[in-house]
Amino acid sequence: MKIIYRDQEWELEGRRRVRDAIKEVGLIPQTVLAVRDGKLLTEDVTLDEDDEVRLIAVISGG
Amino acid sequence: MKCRKCSRPAVFNMRQHKLALCEVHYPEWFIAQTQRAVKKYRMFGPDDRVLVAVSGGKDSLSLWDVLLRLGYQADGLYIDLGIDDSVGYSAASREKVEQFAAQRPDARLTVVDLKAEYGETLPEVARRVQRGRVKPCSVCGLIKRHVMNRVTRDGGYDVLATGHNLDDEVAVLFGNVLHWQTGYIARQAPVLPARHDGLVRKVKPFCRFYERETAAYALLTGIDYIYDECPHVVGATSLRYKGILNQMEEESPGTKLQFYLGFLRARKEGFFREQAEEVELHPCTNCGQLTSVPGLCAFCRLWI
Repeated sequence: MKIIYRDQEWELEGRRRVRDAIKEVGLIPQTVLAVRDGKLLTEDVTLDEDDEVRLIAVISGG
Repeated sequence: MKCRKCSRPAVFNMRQHKLALCEVHYPEWFIAQTQRAVKKYRMFGPDDRVLVAVSGGKDSLSLWDVLLRLGYQADGLYIDLGIDDSVGYSAASREKVEQFAAQRPDARLTVVDLKAEYGETLPEVARRVQRGRVKPCSVCGLIKRHVMNRVTRDGGYDVLATGHNLDDEVAVLFGNVLHWQTGYIARQAPVLPARHDGLVRKVKPFCRFYERETAAYALLTGIDYIYDECPHVVGATSLRYKGILNQMEEESPGTKLQFYLGFLRARKEGFFREQAEEVELHPCTNCGQLTSVPGLCAFCRLWI
């Protein structure tokens, strides 16, 4: 699966839950939202090998 | 995971509330919770005119959207600071705000262009004054507070609403506790009452929402917001505190919420009453806005 966050991209092999994929690329699940095909995903959803997931940062300054 | 209300697939889960909701019920819940906070903290009523300070980010645009949906008389204020870095931050955020307003016939927007009104952009002022060279965000905060207060007062608004969320509030609280800034701790609240006729009433209707909740609302309702950060905020202490708090939240869901609600409870019980004593304020000799030191206020000292 492909994980996209800002200008970074990762390819992960095999299936895994959203939460595990976020941790695997070194991010804190709490700080991002996962979107697949324009739809928001909860962190227990299992992602397939050919999924593309965009992670949206929720933290802003100020 | 299923929606608590209708058992369709949930799109968003809030571990601290043990609540998962679908794409229909999450926005409904979010709007109802905002209304609850407005009433609980007696922020404003249906007859009040509310000015919403909007930056183009997810929090402030979501706040304006929700207040309009709830039927409040909510106008927007955008301050163009002229932050013109590689991504054209101010131009891009202004465009988001103007698009938002254009799509909503009821939304009235006031834009204050710093360069046009005061002769310099924020980066220009920050480079010129000692305080700005060290801390540009401090000068930015000072300018925004001054302009927001002025427009709220001159526009005859009853209250100024900002999009501060719970993560913003706990990051500030955390910093103030680390440094034992007791006066600041005592003055942090969902509502800052008006003082005399100079300082306007300020409210934070989103103060109980986690940052991911406002982001999810913006995403699910199609609010087009500026995703890029202000270039000045990179490496800011508040972001570091947010990171630390989120790590704790990850291991123990509800940590941020408990920290904030516990603080509000202690505050209500009078824990910080002694520190909350009001400092004496004087009108600025140039603009008339209230300031703690007699003479020119900190805003006017930037320009004169």
